Amino acid sequence: MEITERALWTLIHGMGFGALYLLACSGGLVGLYQLTASPAPESTPSRERFVRTYLLIMVMLAWASVLIGTYVVYPWYRAAPPPGTTDLSMFPQRLLMSSPATIGWHSLGMEWKEHVAWFVPISITMVAFVFIRYGRHLGNHRQLRAAVLVFAAASFVAAGVAGFFGAMINKYAPVQGGHTVQLIRGEAK
Amino acid sequence: MNSPDSSLPRGAPALTNGPGEAAILSAAVGCFALAVLAILGDQSALIKRALVFYTPTGPLSGVTTGAILVWLFTWAILNWRWRKKTVAAGRINAAALLLLALSFLLTFPPIGDLF
Repeated sequence: MEITERALWTLIHGMGFGALYLLACSGGLVGLYQLTASPAPESTPSRERFVRTYLLIMVMLAWASVLIGTYVVYPWYRAAPPPGTTDLSMFPQRLLMSSPATIGWHSLGMEWKEHVAWFVPISITMVAFVFIRYGRHLGNHRQLRAAVLVFAAASFVAAGVAGFFGAMINKYAPVQGGHTVQLIRGEAK
Repeated sequence: MNSPDSSLPRGAPALTNGPGEAAILSAAVGCFALAVLAILGDQSALIKRALVFYTPTGPLSGVTTGAILVWLFTWAILNWRWRKKTVAAGRINAAALLLLALSFLLTFPPIGDLF
């Protein structure tokens, strides 16, 4: 079982940090909602500490995903082929743009994804900061709490958009190349 | 900006909403800055070239770095000004949510390409 170096980085970016962030979103939203409800009978210092740690992990996942996506994977995606290249399989952006059936995955999908994904770390960093600053007392500031929950939900939507288009783009024009990494040595049965 | 947060119940801890609102508004400003920089980069070849901070990533490097700088700078200024204040949360949240909604719309290519 082998994978190319570029495919491995794409996997770490999307299936690793990105998917983990999406999985963490629902838990983060519920934890934030419950712990800051006013009155909040379930608010205890240990629960508050747990949600704080949970949000900080979400912040790290979000930053890791966008930084690897933008500075490691995206350059391989947008690489320009040398003149005369006919096999575009190593140039995903150009491969998508070469057919009317797939051009939308770049012109709409990637163009939106590459920007909207950055709303995720900005929003969740703010959410974590506000929660760390106010803790369970956030429930005493209803308007502040409502805005924080909206931003947390918006980060979920933005991550969903980025994740959906990332998965579809990688299906039609996978980022590949580089050294081959052997994950497991298979055996015939 | 000094009107008290009406949601604050009697006996609540003396934590002002200023730092929280500063974080919310600056996050929205950062998202909006990203959308505006992305559109400017698409509209002008000169700006597009200027936004190339890291050649392999192209203008996206400048768009995102610029937006992060705007976000952090705005946050630092607002936090400094509002750190001990109770500010008008309703108006600030409305502005922040409007900026966030506009950011989503402006980065959506069929809308962003209209400019």
